[in-house]
Amino acid sequence: MTTTDTAVAGEKTLKTITLSINGVKIEVPEGTTVLEAARRADIYIPTLCYYPDLEPYGGCRLCVVEIEKMRGLPTACTTPATEGMVVTTESAAINEVRRSSLELILSTHPCECLVCHRRERCGPNDICLRQVNVTDRCVTCPSNQNCELQEVVDYLGVHELSIPRDTKPRDIDTSNPFFDLDRNRCILCSRCVRACQEITGVGAIDMANRGYDVKVATFGDKSLMDSICRSCGECMVRCPVGAMKPKEITRPDKEVKTVCAYCGVGCSMYLGVKDNKITGVRGDPEGPANQGRLCVKGRFGIAEFVNHKDRLTTPLIRKNGILVEASWEEALSLVAEKLGKYHGDEAAMITSARATNEDNYVMQKFARAVLGTNNVDHCARL
Amino acid sequence: MAGLATTFGSGAMTNSISDIVDARCILAIGTNTTEAHPIIGMNVRRAVRRGAKLIVANPLEIGLVHDATIWLRHRSGTDVVLLMGMMKVIVLEGLMDISFIDKRCENYDALKESLLDYPLNLVEEITGVPAETVAAAARIYAENSPASILYTMGITQHTHGTDNVMAVANLAMITGNIGKPGSGVNPLRGQNNVQGACDVGALPNVYPGYQSVSDEKAQQKFEAAWGTKLDPKPGMTLSDIIPAAHDGGIKAIYLVGENPSLSDPDGKHVREALRRLDFFAVQDIFLSETALLADVVLPACSFAEKDGTFTNTERRVQRVRQAIEPVGDSKPDWWIICQVAQRMGAKGFDFDSAESIMEEIARLTPSYGGINYKRLESGSLQWPCPTEEHPGTAILHTEIFSRGKGRFVPLTYKPPVEMPDDEYPLVLTTHRSLFQYHTGTMTRKVRGLNIFRKEELVAIHPADAKSLDISDGEMVRVISRRGDVKAKALVTDSSPEGTIAMTFHFAESPTNELTNPAYDPVAKTPELKVSAVRVEKIRQAAASPA
Ligand code: SF4
Ligand code: SF4
Ligand code: SF4
Ligand code: FES
Repeated sequence: MTTTDTAVAGEKTLKTITLSINGVKIEVPEGTTVLEAARRADIYIPTLCYYPDLEPYGGCRLCVVEIEKMRGLPTACTTPATEGMVVTTESAAINEVRRSSLELILSTHPCECLVCHRRERCGPNDICLRQVNVTDRCVTCPSNQNCELQEVVDYLGVHELSIPRDTKPRDIDTSNPFFDLDRNRCILCSRCVRACQEITGVGAIDMANRGYDVKVATFGDKSLMDSICRSCGECMVRCPVGAMKPKEITRPDKEVKTVCAYCGVGCSMYLGVKDNKITGVRGDPEGPANQGRLCVKGRFGIAEFVNHKDRLTTPLIRKNGILVEASWEEALSLVAEKLGKYHGDEAAMITSARATNEDNYVMQKFARAVLGTNNVDHCARL
Repeated sequence: MAGLATTFGSGAMTNSISDIVDARCILAIGTNTTEAHPIIGMNVRRAVRRGAKLIVANPLEIGLVHDATIWLRHRSGTDVVLLMGMMKVIVLEGLMDISFIDKRCENYDALKESLLDYPLNLVEEITGVPAETVAAAARIYAENSPASILYTMGITQHTHGTDNVMAVANLAMITGNIGKPGSGVNPLRGQNNVQGACDVGALPNVYPGYQSVSDEKAQQKFEAAWGTKLDPKPGMTLSDIIPAAHDGGIKAIYLVGENPSLSDPDGKHVREALRRLDFFAVQDIFLSETALLADVVLPACSFAEKDGTFTNTERRVQRVRQAIEPVGDSKPDWWIICQVAQRMGAKGFDFDSAESIMEEIARLTPSYGGINYKRLESGSLQWPCPTEEHPGTAILHTEIFSRGKGRFVPLTYKPPVEMPDDEYPLVLTTHRSLFQYHTGTMTRKVRGLNIFRKEELVAIHPADAKSLDISDGEMVRVISRRGDVKAKALVTDSSPEGTIAMTFHFAESPTNELTNPAYDPVAKTPELKVSAVRVEKIRQAAASPA
């Protein structure tokens, strides 16, 4: 959401409407969907294809609700709230539709762990009593315990499927150096496809084929690497399950909010940290310039250079023509002694457009007040 | 950014990144936005999805061309003519915003008169864009308000870059596209903190906050604050420092976090100049091509290891926070400089944190006056932000221009300094890849990014390739008056006939050996977008097997 979007929404707030969900009266700005109204009031409605910054889609039918004076069971994510609307989010009929929608999804997903009551307790090295294939087990999925499908299955309490499973293996695309697309785990929510169209405007991927063969694919069914994909990962971060995941995942101990070190957009981001190493980067949804979005460099290009083995770790001084390691004391004194020999305009300071404001301030102050010259510049023009 | 300062009184992006999606028309000139500013590229595409018209002006077939309502494929270096041509149509057809011109601007008559020099057939002849297309673009821009102009180095990296910028500003003012959401003149700054480095005075002619070094009041203010005498004579820009080092006028350079032996024009000359120095100190996070020439190398922390602030292209000051302990024995840049200063007996370098430096910046920099770490904890601030109560400024020049009235500047066409000739028949223009960054000191260290783009590619039109008997993927030699570089040919009609395009991300193919250091007389920005070159086939025997 952009600042101006908020401003527009702000104008709209002039008009609020009141609806009731499960008997609770809720006031929301006009234009809010029933689902968003429920979320505001902390009323849970299961969802899988909904994502806050994507246009409403209505594909998974898990969010169905009952609304007085409306026929059938409308999907909460696509229905705008209106004045006086009376909504119910739980009933036998609702449950029935949600369960059959979920079973349909589960029938093509490696779901034996999902419906197993031991799942929470099962570790990666435990022997599966039901002899589920290792690659089909939740414990081997990168999204385990961080998966919207698990959440929904638990909420609806599904423990068996009443329809036959379709376990035919599906293609895995590992061509991208940063993330994989494992279609065996894909639940066809199309969040990735919509992200690529709505968020990035690239449109590298789409839902191809029909019926049982429908799948996420690039134009001409090429690998992601051979497609027009820009590798931003906006699709991946919106995947509710483990179908799109980074190749390397280390769960961080903490996250620190900072700003990207590459281009002038200044994307706000969280650096994941574990054992004094950067584990990964997450876009900051509150970031005023990026609203959570990142490009390939910011998302995938930071940890490796910060942690790189070629980082300079000690001062170097040229002795007999070669650069040799030195102590800070030695290096700093040498620089001070040498620079002390030049007068004013015989010296120049070249500062860095990548360093902070504070760094640059001190550098120009040093040039002017200590070296005694205005010969100070950086690569602004390049 | 001298051009905007002349016209408006301030050289920064007038609007915000997020309000680009509200534009009804976007003119993207001399910017390959989806490659160099990917998130802004996404905003442009979002605006187009919402129905905005997009005009792309670029000799190269960039990604946004496919989203564009109209593509102006003008010849490199003819931007002034193209833009003046558009203004001519706007004036002829009465599409200008007269009340805005009357109320907010000055010197309109002079501009109008100078438009007489741009008959559309001449515009067509010089730019190579059909007159009808120029007229169509002019109408689209003038009739779909608010309209936003985005530009980058494609506008500034010319010997007449300042004129280009003023032409852009003229066009925005003549249609009243200043001071409201979705409009404006928006120079997109390349590196993460170019804007901030300029703001805090890392420029030879101004103190922090663009206070002129030759202004007596400013001099006194900083002398009092820093407790020392200061020189009122402006210093040298980087474009002058390098030749001065070559000639011996400059004897010592202290360089932080830049890699001029790859990023600056005429790379051979740059390295020669740096070798001639008496003393050369380099402070960086990696041993760059430039650091290899140093007498002393000081290891600096990366952004992940220090506190501070960056100011992005929309004038937004945001907090940089330390996430990990410094790698090895590296130190924050400011700390290192302070240590050197103290060893030279200087006072005023006893800062104990980045925060205490920001306090001094705020005290001396009016546009940063209300910025402090406490406020930045709860969110970013866009300058000007003069007081602690001030909420910051999303859009500049809403009521009046920083200089009072917006000034129209009549302009004449100046061709690039180095035009193609028999010996060097092709134009070389430089551009960037999404997957690499600047001279690659950081991105070349990331394996995955190098899978996308691992080497220099010379984008050359199929017709040029054919006449030179060059096939796609073959190694070629590119030669200019200054040097020669080997790289792989990429045969593509995304480059127009007669023009080749290269990046400067790769040390193995240092493109800036070729480019022209001739620079704009005002902004001192070198003409990296137009150099005359020739391309040669490398004979089979000499071709590297890789
Ligand atoms: S990585 Fe980005 S460009 Fe590629 S498919 Fe995903 S969203 Fe689209
Ligand atoms: S890959 Fe993920 S986001 Fe895309 S359709 Fe499948 S489950 Fe949804
Ligand atoms: S994430 Fe990409 S777009 Fe954002 S600041 Fe970094 S390099 Fe620029
Ligand atoms: S969340 Fe509403 S239909 Fe999927």
